Amino acid sequence: MKIVATLRRLADRIARTSSLRITLLAILSAMVVGAFIIILSDIDKLKNGDILGAVHTVGSAYWALVVGSFGSLRAISATINSATPLILCGVSVAVAFKAGLFNIGATGQMLAGGMAALWVGFSMDGPVIIQVPLAVLAGAVGGAAYGAIPGVLKARTGAHEVITTIMLNNMAGFLVLWLLKTNMFQRTDRTDPISKLVAAPGRLPRLFGFMDNRPDLVAHAGFIVAILAVIVYWWFLNRSTSGFEFRAFGMNADAAQYAGMHTKRLTVMAMMFAGAFAGLAGAAEVLGTYGYASQNFAGNIGFDAIAIALLGRSTPLGTLLAALLFGALQAGGRQMQVDTDVPIDLIVVLRALIVMFIAAPLLIKSIWRIKVSPTSLGQTFKGWGS
Amino acid sequence: MQLELQGITKRFPGVIANDNVNLTLKTGEVLCLIGENGAGKSTLMNVLYGMYKADEGQIVLDGKPVVFTSPADAIAAGIGMVHQHFMLVPVFTVAENVVLGVEPTGRFGSLDIDKAREMVREVSDRYNLNLDPDAVIEDLPVGVQQRVEIVKVLLRDAKVVVFDEPTAVLTPKEIIEFFEIVKTLIAANRGVVFITHKLKEALNVADRIAVLRRGQVVGEVDPKTATESQIAEMMVGRPVQLIVDKKPHAPGEVVLEVKDLSVVDADGRTMVDSVSFSVRAGEVVGIAGVQGNGQTELVDALTGLRDSTRGNVSLDGVDITSDSPRERHAKGIAHVPEDRQRQGLVGGLSVAENLILTRYHDEEFSHGIVMDWPAAHSVAENLIAEYDIRTPSADIDASTLSGGNQQKVIVARELSRPLRLSIAAQPTRGVDVGSIEYIHSRIIKERDTGTAVLIVSTELDEVMALSDRLLVMYRGKIVADLDPKVSSAMDIGLYMAGSRPASAVN
Amino acid sequence: MSTIDPVILPLISAEQRKQARSVGLTFVVLGIVAAFVLGNRPGDAGFKLVDSYIFVIPAQPFARILALVLIALGAAQLLKGFGKWTNVVLSISAATFVISFLAWAASGGSFSFTGMLQDTVTRSVPIILGAIAGILCERSGIINIAIEGQLLGSAFAGAVAGSLLGPWIGIVAAMAMGVGLSSILAVFSIRYRVDQVIVGFAINFFALGLTSFLAARVLTDHPDYNILSPLRPIALPLLSNIPVIGVVLFTQTLFVYFAYLAVAVATWSLYHTKWGLRTRAIGEYPKAAGTLGVDVIKLRYRNVLLAGAVAGVGGAWWPIGMVGRFDQNITNGRGFIALAAVIFGRWNPVGALSAALVFGLAEAIQLKMSNLDTGIPSEFLLMAPYLVTLVVVAGFVGRSRGPKAAGQPYDAQ
Repeated sequence: MKIVATLRRLADRIARTSSLRITLLAILSAMVVGAFIIILSDIDKLKNGDILGAVHTVGSAYWALVVGSFGSLRAISATINSATPLILCGVSVAVAFKAGLFNIGATGQMLAGGMAALWVGFSMDGPVIIQVPLAVLAGAVGGAAYGAIPGVLKARTGAHEVITTIMLNNMAGFLVLWLLKTNMFQRTDRTDPISKLVAAPGRLPRLFGFMDNRPDLVAHAGFIVAILAVIVYWWFLNRSTSGFEFRAFGMNADAAQYAGMHTKRLTVMAMMFAGAFAGLAGAAEVLGTYGYASQNFAGNIGFDAIAIALLGRSTPLGTLLAALLFGALQAGGRQMQVDTDVPIDLIVVLRALIVMFIAAPLLIKSIWRIKVSPTSLGQTFKGWGS
Repeated sequence: MQLELQGITKRFPGVIANDNVNLTLKTGEVLCLIGENGAGKSTLMNVLYGMYKADEGQIVLDGKPVVFTSPADAIAAGIGMVHQHFMLVPVFTVAENVVLGVEPTGRFGSLDIDKAREMVREVSDRYNLNLDPDAVIEDLPVGVQQRVEIVKVLLRDAKVVVFDEPTAVLTPKEIIEFFEIVKTLIAANRGVVFITHKLKEALNVADRIAVLRRGQVVGEVDPKTATESQIAEMMVGRPVQLIVDKKPHAPGEVVLEVKDLSVVDADGRTMVDSVSFSVRAGEVVGIAGVQGNGQTELVDALTGLRDSTRGNVSLDGVDITSDSPRERHAKGIAHVPEDRQRQGLVGGLSVAENLILTRYHDEEFSHGIVMDWPAAHSVAENLIAEYDIRTPSADIDASTLSGGNQQKVIVARELSRPLRLSIAAQPTRGVDVGSIEYIHSRIIKERDTGTAVLIVSTELDEVMALSDRLLVMYRGKIVADLDPKVSSAMDIGLYMAGSRPASAVN
Repeated sequence: MSTIDPVILPLISAEQRKQARSVGLTFVVLGIVAAFVLGNRPGDAGFKLVDSYIFVIPAQPFARILALVLIALGAAQLLKGFGKWTNVVLSISAATFVISFLAWAASGGSFSFTGMLQDTVTRSVPIILGAIAGILCERSGIINIAIEGQLLGSAFAGAVAGSLLGPWIGIVAAMAMGVGLSSILAVFSIRYRVDQVIVGFAINFFALGLTSFLAARVLTDHPDYNILSPLRPIALPLLSNIPVIGVVLFTQTLFVYFAYLAVAVATWSLYHTKWGLRTRAIGEYPKAAGTLGVDVIKLRYRNVLLAGAVAGVGGAWWPIGMVGRFDQNITNGRGFIALAAVIFGRWNPVGALSAALVFGLAEAIQLKMSNLDTGIPSEFLLMAPYLVTLVVVAGFVGRSRGPKAAGQPYDAQ
C-alpha cells in the first residue's frame, strides 16, 4: 500500500510540476534544430541538389546516436564511462549552486584531484584494497584543497567566484603541464608531458570485469563512486544540519547570517565540497579511464557540468539524470562521427540548445502550444558585489 | 481637468486587487485614498499611471476615454506620481534624476547638464523646495529625496499628482512641510491624490476621502464630519480597537545594559554614536526615530550581526559585546528583524523550516550532523496552531504566505521559548490590522512574563502605544528619554527632527 | 528646511583597514620578490627602443634599489597610507616591477622593448572590444557571460566571409554574427526572462559547438573557405613618426584604431549623453527610468545588440587582423579574460582598457620570453596574468559593486 501511495505521489508531482514534459520537449526541440544544422552544413550534397540525401544523413546520424549510447552492452558501457565524471562534476556544480555559489572551477578542481590521485596511484605499491580507495580519497582531498582557494578568497575579500575560478582553471592547466614535465610525474622514457602509468592493480576495477574482461567494456568502478556521491549529496542536502544551512544560505544569505549561521565558513565549506566532488571526477578519469594523466585530461567536463547542474535543477536525481543524458550523447556522438562523418561537436550544440530550451519554459510553451505552469530554473546570479 | 476611473478591475493570480472601482479626481482638490495594506490602493494608482493594464474598466480624461499603455502616456496626459519607494537612481545627482527621460541635449545628443541644473533650480525655487542640483541622491535624507521626486513631477507639468504613502518616511516636522507643499500645489490649481493608511493625516489634509477595502471602494466620507473610528471601521470591516490594551508595568532588574556603544558603517560613517541605555525585566522600551538615524545599526550591534567600534553591551550583568549572534540567541535574546523578506525568512524554504531557522542546531532538532525532521515538524505544527498562522500546510514555501502570516511565523519562532530579552524592529510593517493587534498582544504578553522588550519602530503611534519608556534616536545619538504617557506626539516629533521642544528647555 | 548630513568622523571601517593592509602587504611581497628573485642575476639588459638605440638597465642594482623602495613604500602604506594616491603609487610601482622583471629576464642580452609594447597593444584588441561589449550590456542591466561565444562565433563568420568575399565583408559578417548571438541573449533574458548567466553559458556552448562542428564538417573539406590575408598595419601620418610611441600606438591595423575609437566613444557616450544617462539608469534602477517613460525594454535590446556588433569586430580580429584563418576554439578563453577586464576596470571603458592592456602585456611577454633563457619554467610565466588577476580581484577590487540591476529581469508592470 505504501508503495502505491508513493508512486501516486510521484505521478502527481510529475503532472503538477510538468518539468518532465518541458525537459522532453526541450530535448526534442534541440534535436529538430540539430537536424537543420546537419542538413544545412552538408553543403556538397545541397550544392548537388541532393536534399533527400542530406535528410537521410540526419536519420542515420540520430540512429547512430541511439545505437552508440544504448544499442549494445558496449554502448551502455561507453555511456556509463562518459557519464561518470559528468555526474561527479555535475554534483560539484550543483552543491555550490545550492549554497548560492557559481562554481565554474570544476575543471581546475578536477585537474588538482586527478593529479593527487595519480600520484598516490603510481607511487604507492600497497594492497589494492587500501591503495585504490586511498588514491580516490586523495583525489577528493586534492580537489577540495583547490576548491577551497576561491572559497577563502570570497569569504575573506569578497572576490567573486566566477572570476577567481576561471583564473584558477587556467592556472591549474599550466600547473599540470609543468608537473607533467617534472621527474616526479613524467614517464621515464618520454619527453612529452605525459605521466607515469598507474599499475593495473592500482586502477579502478572494470565494472564489467566479470565478463571475460572484454577490453571494449570500458566502464569502471568510478561509476559506483559517482552513484555513491549522488546519494551522499542527497543525504547531505536533505538530512544533515549543514545541508539545511547550505540551502538557507543559498536562498537568502542575509537570513542565514541573521539565523546565526557562519556564512563565511559555509562559503569555504561549499567550495571545498564542490572541489571534492570534482576531484573525485579527476580521480575517476585518471585511475579508471586512462591510467595516466596527459595535459588536458579534464577536457571540457567542468563546463559541461554547469549545463548538467542547470538542467538537473541542482537536485540530486535531476543532476544524475542530466549527466546520464549528456554521457549518452557523448558515447553516441562518437559512434555518430564514425558511422556518418557528422562531427561529434554536434553534441556540444545539442547540449547548449537543450539548456536554452529548458531555461525558457515560456518559449517551449509557445513553440509547442502546451499549457504548463512554467517552473523557473531559479536565479543563479546574485550580482557582482556582495 | 477632470479624471475619472470607471469600473476598474485588476486581477492577479489568485486575487482581485481592484474590483470595479469608480473614482473622480479634479484639479484644485485633495482626494485622499485610504485603506489597509493590501487593500489595492497602490495597484489602482499604478493602473492610472500606465504601469498596470486594467482587466476591465476605463480611464476618462475630460470626458474622453484614454488608454495608458506606459507611464509615458500618463505623463503626457498630465499625471505625475511620487511612489512609496522612491524612483531615484541612488548614484545619480539630483539634476540627472530629474531630467531622466526629458533630457536637455546639445550637439550629437550630448547631455546639457548646465541646462538640467537650471531647470531643477527654476522649479525648486518656484515652489520653495530648496534643492541642490549637484547633490548625489544616496547622500540625501529621505525628506529631501521626496522633494526631488516632487520636482520630477512638476518639471513634467503634471496636472494631477499622486502621492503614494508620502509621509511614511518623514518626521512630523517634515510632514507639516509636506502638507505646505501640497497646499502650494492646490493653489497652483493642480489636483492631488493622497494615498495613506494614516487616519489623522487623511482627516487633516483631504477635501474628500475614499475608503478602499479588499479592492473595492466601500464609501466616500467628508473629512469635515467623519471621525477616526468611523473610517477605521470602514477600512477593516469591523470595529477596531485603536489603542493597545495593557496593564501598568512592573519593571524588575536591569537585563540589557548598553554603554557608550558606537558603530561605524563600511563607508566609515558613524551610524551609532556613543549610545548608552538600559532595559529592565518586564518593561517595554521603544526607540523612535526617522528611518536611517542609526536604529538598524544599533539593533545589528545588539544582536551581534555587526561589530561595534566602541563601547559594550551586557545581558544580566555579563558582557556579551563580542558574542556571536548564535551565542546571544542561546543566552535568551530574541530578534524580530526589521525586514522580514531580507532577513527574517528564507522564502524558498518551507514554513516548518522557517519556524526552526534560528533553532535548527538545538539538541531538539539536530543530533550531531543529522537533522531530526519529525521533531521539527511536530514543533512547527504546534506553533502554526498556537500562533494562528494561516497556511495550507507546514510544507509549503514561506514566500507564498501573506505578509501578516509571514510576520507571525517570525514572531512564533522568536517568542516561543524562554527569553531574557526580546528585540523587535518594525514588528508590524506592512501587516494587516488583525495581525497587528495579535502581534502587539504577544509583545505585551511577553513583557508581562518578565522579559525585557526593546521595540524599534518608525511608526510613532506604534512605539507610543507599546512602550513604557521611549527613547528617541537622531543621527546615531539618543536625544531623549521620555515617558510616553505624558509626552505629546509633537514633542517627540521635534526630538526626532533633531530639535528640542520649548517645554524641555529648563 | 533642515537637512540631515551624515556625520563623518575620522574613524575608518574594518573593511577599509583590511584593504589598506592588503595594499601594503602587496608592496612588501613585491619588494621581497624583487630582492631575492629579480636581484639574483647580474648583467646588463638591453631594451631596444629603436633600431639605433638600446637602453641599458643593469638588472641587479635596479632590482635591489626597487626592492628597497617597494619595502619602504609598503611600510609607509601599512603605517600611514597614501590615501587617494594609493592607486597611483601602486600603478607606478607595478610598472617599475615589470621593467625590473624584464631586465632580470633579459640580463646579459637585449630584446625589442618597443616591439613588445606593440604586441601588447595588438593583442589586447579582442579583450578591449570584448570588454566594451560586456560593459554595454552590464551597464544596461544584462550580465554578459557570453562574450567568449560572441568572439568565437564572429571569428568564424569573419574567417569564412572574409575568405570568400574579402576582409571588409568579413568584418561585416563577423559583426552580424555578434549581433545574432547577442540577440539570443537579448530575447532570452529580456523577453523570456531567463537567468542571464544560464543563457550566456548556453550561448558559449552553442558557439563553441557550432563553430567546431562547421570547422570539422565544412572547412576541412573546403580549405579555400578558410584562408585570407589579414589586414596590414597602417602607419598614421605624422603620429607614427614619434619615436617609440609612433610604432607602439600608431603603426597598427585598423582593428587597433577601432578599439581606440570604441573606448573613446563609449566613455564619452556613457557619461555625457542622453543615451548614456538612460543606459546607466536602466542598469542601476530600471524602474526609476521606466516610471519616467523611458522604454527600458527597448533600450536594453538596443544596447545588447550594439554590444554584439562591437564583440563581432573583436572576433574578426583573429582571422582578419591577425592569423588569416579560423581554428577550433581560436579565442581560447579570451572572452572570459574580457569579462575579468570589465570587473577589473569597474565597468568603466577606460578602466577596462587598462586591464586589457595588462593582459595584452602578459601575452606579449610570453611571446618574448620564449626567446630568452630565464631558467624558470615557461608555465609559470604563462600563469602570471591569471595570478595577477586573482590577486587584484581579491585584494583590490574585492567587493566592488557593478550596476545594481545587472542580472535582474525587468518587469514593465
